[in-house]
Amino acid sequence: MDKEFDIVIIGGGPAGLAAAVSAYDEGEKNIVIIERSEQLGGILNQCIHNGFGLHTFKEELTGPEYAARFEDEVKKRNIECLLNTMVLDISSDKIVTAINKDDGMFSIKAKTVVLCMGCRERPRGALNIPGARPAGVYSAGTAQKLINISGMKIGKEIVILGSGDIGLIMARRLTLEGAKVKAVVELMPYSGGLKRNIVQCLDDYSIPLLLSHTITKINGKHRIKSVIVSEVDENRRPIKGTETEYKCDTLLLSVGLLPENELSKKAGVNINNVTGGPVVTQDFETNIEGVFACGNVLHVHDLVDFVSEEASDAGKNAALYVKNSDKKKGKTVIVKAENGVRYVVPNTIDTNFEEDIKLRFRVDNIYKNVYIKVTMGDKELIKRKKMIVAPGEMETLVLKKEMLSDSDNIDNIIVSLER
Amino acid sequence: MKNYMFDVAIIGAGVSGCAVARELSKYKLNIAVLEKNEDVCTGTSKANSGIVHAGFDAEPDSLMAKLNVKGNEMMDKFSKDLDFDFQRIGSLVVCNSQDNTEILYQLKEQGEKNGVKGLRILNREELFSLEPNLADDSHLALFAPSGGIVCPFSFNIALAENAFENGVQFFFDSPVDAVSKDENGYVIKSKDKIFSAKCVVNAAGVYADVIHNMVSDEKIEIIPRKGEYMLLDKSENGYVNHTVFTLPNNFGKGVLVSPTAHGNILVGPTANDIDDKEYTDTTSDGLQEVREKANAMMKNLPLNKVITSFAGLRAHEKRHDFRIEEVKDAPFFFDCAAIESPGLSSALAIGEYLCNMICEKLNPEKKDNFISKRKGILNPFTLSKEEFSALVKEKPEYGKVVCRCESITEGQIIDAIKRPLGARTIDGIKRRTRAGMGRCQSGFCLPRTLEILAQETGMDITEITKCGENSEFLQE
Repeated sequence: MDKEFDIVIIGGGPAGLAAAVSAYDEGEKNIVIIERSEQLGGILNQCIHNGFGLHTFKEELTGPEYAARFEDEVKKRNIECLLNTMVLDISSDKIVTAINKDDGMFSIKAKTVVLCMGCRERPRGALNIPGARPAGVYSAGTAQKLINISGMKIGKEIVILGSGDIGLIMARRLTLEGAKVKAVVELMPYSGGLKRNIVQCLDDYSIPLLLSHTITKINGKHRIKSVIVSEVDENRRPIKGTETEYKCDTLLLSVGLLPENELSKKAGVNINNVTGGPVVTQDFETNIEGVFACGNVLHVHDLVDFVSEEASDAGKNAALYVKNSDKKKGKTVIVKAENGVRYVVPNTIDTNFEEDIKLRFRVDNIYKNVYIKVTMGDKELIKRKKMIVAPGEMETLVLKKEMLSDSDNIDNIIVSLER
Repeated sequence: MKNYMFDVAIIGAGVSGCAVARELSKYKLNIAVLEKNEDVCTGTSKANSGIVHAGFDAEPDSLMAKLNVKGNEMMDKFSKDLDFDFQRIGSLVVCNSQDNTEILYQLKEQGEKNGVKGLRILNREELFSLEPNLADDSHLALFAPSGGIVCPFSFNIALAENAFENGVQFFFDSPVDAVSKDENGYVIKSKDKIFSAKCVVNAAGVYADVIHNMVSDEKIEIIPRKGEYMLLDKSENGYVNHTVFTLPNNFGKGVLVSPTAHGNILVGPTANDIDDKEYTDTTSDGLQEVREKANAMMKNLPLNKVITSFAGLRAHEKRHDFRIEEVKDAPFFFDCAAIESPGLSSALAIGEYLCNMICEKLNPEKKDNFISKRKGILNPFTLSKEEFSALVKEKPEYGKVVCRCESITEGQIIDAIKRPLGARTIDGIKRRTRAGMGRCQSGFCLPRTLEILAQETGMDITEITKCGENSEFLQE
């Protein structure tokens, strides 16, 4: 069974759904969404807490509710969805090979591919935490799935390493389930999660957040019995003599998310070392013509609302590509992150653009009373004062066409902080 | 108490015990394998370098030298017959400074005495054409084309499954509490079971001294020698193409950097003698030592791509040779002890060697219905597109990927559970299929694998363990 589609969307999570809807609304209706699990919505399905949709719908929804809004839009448009279907390969000439139980292995010839595979959690192994390798050590998302989807109990005495948002959410969730969360241990001197999650998930339940601490040993041959928590110095190295043992039967890890780009790499998509996601233009097009990327596969977002927004733009651009694949190119300038800014998406801008461009970026530390700046040569395009910026929160600036009016001799646009 | 009678009782279901069991299963013998843990391949056999050494390290005329070279030669045929992953990729012992070259030539000479074929000294240019990522000061190497890599799990499991198919009985969760002599042979007590056997094989790994000392006045001591490792992501496949060793030292072969049979890169091991026979924890010092030594051997080693670290215990004895013999003051009791490196490489030869010794004593008749071949778990992604689709039509479970990192389907997991000596734990599934062994380390697949194991075995999901008793994942 081999097929052809104009737009093939890999992944039916928030990015894939929003990309499909906007591509359809742009007039390209020959779309398929390929989703490996049994339902659309991606990781939102297990995020049963609220706080989603404040930007998109101006109301607070749970994850499944937020997903349902987009799924309804997809259904209204009769966009084809292949569920339980796993993409094995995307070739550089946009042949997508996939498998499922109904059709076995098949290929889809695509005019354009939108990469919406999301991200995965960094596992324990990547941290090299010494000690035993017992049961009871879960990434926060795995624990979330076991509790919220499978309806299981994972443990009674919990320590969480890493203060990423999923870890914070799970601290509250486990407390509500009757478990005792003894501590959230964070290597950095600040949390990697949203401020509101620190307040609502830790402070409100009196769960201690140990900043500048890490876990230096895991004990328990069969099931985890305890962890050793140590304070770290300014170079993030454990300080001898600060070891404290925390008895626990479960350790959750919330130590970062990694865009899942194995398929992209196989296809030959260039990856940005900082984001772990594809290098893209302002249209979200990768180095492979007609292959677009958006959402957490591109860079890890803080809020799903921004994933949807970005994916809508990407979906629209994919549709425009199908309509007119030989559109005129202007001059390409490179967008650089400097001085406190870790990365910026997009990585390049074609100066021949009409609609405003959103520059999405993250900073590399907590800074107070700074200016975020966009400069082009000597010219300051944007300068905005911020009371506080933090690595856990994504920042956005809007670039307007007229700002780049005299870009003829310029190769770079620089996003930076000024203290 | 339950009583069992066997001709041969083998203590330990590691690779040595299973290799002996499989060889003996060619004969009309009642054979039992007693394993203290929940599955085969749970001790030294599961946590090692997965290297099939060429055989130049051991002292000429030692049992190690003889069985290593023999065992290495046997791997091609056995890996085909029993369907496990083995590749002869070749190995290199690399010199980093001018001073050491003498040892390299000595190793070559020693290897030749041992019967290792094709050994060659490579100059810097030849060396870097094979391994461009070696440290810049690497300048001379011993190349052994017969060196190989094997998946230690599938090797051990293949031997066990084939032995089982040929009538060997396996008793798991059966630690040996006592062994005593009686008029018919030996009586082994294990929890609520009593085994009588004419002949006993002590293949108990780091516990072989404990078992030996139950029947013999000539006491032996097995010292657990810990080795810590780091495993790198498959994305780094191609960084190194051969097993690269540093020059050997008193604690063994030093740190190695090698591809694994599945395309990861393995870095390690350390070598530290410890007291505790169960202490397989990794340590920050150990991992740091691995990092430093490996970084001295290689350049730009992608240690930021570590997906897991682990430690295993070698069964070291001070005299440093395999102890494979009938115990002098315990006739019909055979030690298969002190099987440290190159134990995995020698396993097939150990099996044959011990089998011959036992047959001399018991004079068993050969079976005429011995099943010499075994088929492993099918990897559907080795099939063509058409074959894959035909398989899925018949068995839809092969159309659903459970472990994304390693591309393992429901079909493979179900096969791992349903086949002879099938998996009963999550680690058992992992070692049989690789589900959960990839870069996310079971983050995505664990919930589903738990469900499948519960569904296929009829166990309640809360009873499912990682690796036997007290390692349950979920609570009621």
